[in-house]
Amino acid sequence: MLLKPNRDVGIIGYGAYLPRYRLPGSEVDRVWKDGQGGSPVREKAVPGPDEDTATMSIEAARNALARAGIDPSQIRAVWVGSESHPYAVKPTSTIVAEAIGAVPATQAADWEFACKAGTEAFQAAMAYVGSGMANYALAIGMDTAQGRPGDALEYTAGAGGAAFIVGPAEEAAAVVEGSFSYVTDTPDFFRRPYQHYPQHGSRFTGDPAYFKHVLASAQQLMEALGTTPQDYAAAVFHQPNPKFPERAARLLGFEPEQTKEGLLCPMVGNTYAGSSMLGLTAILDTAKPGDRVLIVSFGSGAGSDAISLGVTDRIEDRREHAPRTAIYVERRKEIDYGTYVRYRRKLHMH
Amino acid sequence: MNIPRHWRLQNQRYSMVGEVCNRCGAKLFPPRDVCPECTKPAYEPYTFSGNGRVYSYSTIFQAPAGYEDFVPYTVALVELDEGPLVTGQLTDVDQDEIEIGMPVEMVTRKLREEGEDGLIVYGYKFRKPLLEPVALDR
Amino acid sequence: MRDVSIIGIGQTAVAEHWDRSLRHLAADAVLAAMKDAGIEMADALYVGNMLSGLLTGQEHLGALIADFVGLRGIEAIKVEAACGSGAAALRMGYAAVAGGLQDTVIVCGVEKMTDTVNAETTTGLAMAADADYESIHGLTFVSINALLMRRYMYEYGVEHADFAHFTVNAHANAAANPNALFRNRVTVEQFVRARMVADPINLLDSSGIGDGAAAVVLCPTSVAKEYGNGQAVHIRASSMATDAVAVHDRPDPLWLSAVEASSFKAYQQAGVVPGDIDLFEVHDAFTIMSALSLEAAGYAERGKGVWLGRSGDITRDGRIPICTMGGLKARGHPVGATGVYQVVEVAQQLRGEAGQNQLPNVRLGMAQNIGGSGATVITHILEAHD
Repeated sequence: MLLKPNRDVGIIGYGAYLPRYRLPGSEVDRVWKDGQGGSPVREKAVPGPDEDTATMSIEAARNALARAGIDPSQIRAVWVGSESHPYAVKPTSTIVAEAIGAVPATQAADWEFACKAGTEAFQAAMAYVGSGMANYALAIGMDTAQGRPGDALEYTAGAGGAAFIVGPAEEAAAVVEGSFSYVTDTPDFFRRPYQHYPQHGSRFTGDPAYFKHVLASAQQLMEALGTTPQDYAAAVFHQPNPKFPERAARLLGFEPEQTKEGLLCPMVGNTYAGSSMLGLTAILDTAKPGDRVLIVSFGSGAGSDAISLGVTDRIEDRREHAPRTAIYVERRKEIDYGTYVRYRRKLHMH
Repeated sequence: MNIPRHWRLQNQRYSMVGEVCNRCGAKLFPPRDVCPECTKPAYEPYTFSGNGRVYSYSTIFQAPAGYEDFVPYTVALVELDEGPLVTGQLTDVDQDEIEIGMPVEMVTRKLREEGEDGLIVYGYKFRKPLLEPVALDR
Repeated sequence: MRDVSIIGIGQTAVAEHWDRSLRHLAADAVLAAMKDAGIEMADALYVGNMLSGLLTGQEHLGALIADFVGLRGIEAIKVEAACGSGAAALRMGYAAVAGGLQDTVIVCGVEKMTDTVNAETTTGLAMAADADYESIHGLTFVSINALLMRRYMYEYGVEHADFAHFTVNAHANAAANPNALFRNRVTVEQFVRARMVADPINLLDSSGIGDGAAAVVLCPTSVAKEYGNGQAVHIRASSMATDAVAVHDRPDPLWLSAVEASSFKAYQQAGVVPGDIDLFEVHDAFTIMSALSLEAAGYAERGKGVWLGRSGDITRDGRIPICTMGGLKARGHPVGATGVYQVVEVAQQLRGEAGQNQLPNVRLGMAQNIGGSGATVITHILEAHD
């Protein structure tokens, strides 16, 4: 049942990106709830007017390359997972591949599955390298999520994500022990074409969606590996808000200490396809050789990818070559609701 | 829509690939095939680091067509570490943080969009470096 | 090579001519110049213009205007060198007469800028810059000059207010020019408090755009006496030089090397030095351009151009009067036409027709027109016929 290739693979390089603008939850509150509302997060990351999923992916990819220390032409797949690709037709992945110098002898494709579009690209990268088709593949989860004004999701819909270069385990800073995916047709959150904002099932997004899939994939992965929560130094779950991952962790048997490092959503909001992957970069920034790490994503529609990693002694050298995720988190410029509306183009100029 | 014109310049705009003159060693950006220093052919590609310093800057309040979304924005002349001067926008920086001589690093951002349904043009802009420069031995 | 003289001049006011189209404006100026010269026929027409295509949907101005003014069939062509188009057209007309190709030549600079609005006009002006390496980054023409001004202030320890005198002088001179766009006087206080456009350049640093046309008639000096009631003006020098279009391509951004080259070629042609020049119609598109032009043309040391304003040297009473009829700043800057306006104004001074702005004892006048931020510079030195 374990999803694991015959050839051992791992993370050769990783990189994060967050824009610098922050919209405090209190601002959404002020405009829509007269200050009464109660935001689940302190603030969320907002992309600037000259940023989009492509530009953010390029920076995260450059960070991953710096840590990997390989020539970009050795990358044979560039895969970007997002629900906010800049074009509906025309891949983000070719823009990234061109910008980092991975063209032209590379496979490129865009992935989507709500917030797990990045981890599924990662799993595909595991298979690609694991099968011997290539030595290096780049998988990115990145989003500039939009919340409908006045909707509960507006507090949290944020921007950011991470890039991972998958390569042979002998070169990896973190080796992949195995993976598991759990999917069903569950329409908890979706968007029809030509609609600007998604619809969601409110409380239906909880137990039948997030919890059912996250718990199942994590449990079945650990069962297949023969591991228990106590074997993990850190775990990161998809973070649409702080409560969901905290509850999932608790139900699975993890301690708050284990999820602390990867829990970024109070400061940056829900970065959608970037969410759990961004949390993983924060964990790798402080992980020690020998640590075991669990990452569990969730994508509405619905599914969860769980991946178990073992950190190697290459981590300490590798991580110095690009900015730590904390630097991106701490780089902040607060904006007000009006500026946010302008930056996110919620104003119709006609 | 000006597709081929922007497509031709991708290499320069995404990765700051210029030229180095084989004869006199001058580093040229953008690439121009004839070295302005010694007027000899210069075809050897050279990738710039994107690091430099602000030579001059100005904040624009009245934008040309296609840039109204970004107002106010700051344009600058940046002196690259390798020598050439380039024109570009400063991004992710507050007006009161900018001064002549400040170090900057290159990032890839949206330069413009050709309307809501047209091409998105990406290219270099400059921001304050995220990290203090650190000597890394690999 | 023959000597060339100007035997007729004509101009429209610089204004928002809502009821005059581009061809009508050109005709107003050309017919006035022809009447002034006393001619009914010409061998060729050179039209200086920058933006007719983008702003009015019309290219092919040579044939269009020749026909419209009743000269269908003559040799005619549009000449473009950004905001230097006017003087560039004059250079072509001068060369044709000097080279013996033509005898009677009309040069007309014309620009119609008010048929479009804001962003389109700004986009048009940015075409004087480098499209792939300057304009693509959202640079406006104002901002290119602002980059120069800021660096100038940084290198030479000069304040923004120090540039005020260029504007004060231009407006003071325009007050008595019936063709000027702005005829209000401006004080230093008003200059300092004006609205920012692209910092540090504010509204009062920047020349005003408008519609306008100016024209001159040229003929060989040897026959000039036969025309236009003896008001001929001799062209002592005509020269042109170029520089890199993009500021970043110039090894020394604060030195207008094409101004230096064109100016000194002109001085040499005329056999004069800067000190011999009695008035200088500078290309004062922005106050920074005035400072940089005065330096590169040899009237001030590097970094000291601004002080000519403070010392009063640039006023009508000063050592080197500039913008004697308002300059680009206050007479106005209908971009492709400006170069011809400058020459018309020098001619007015040399002929004693400058009204309240008349400089006493003028013999030699210099007009310098610049395309872009200094990439094309055309200089003419004119002398009164005795």
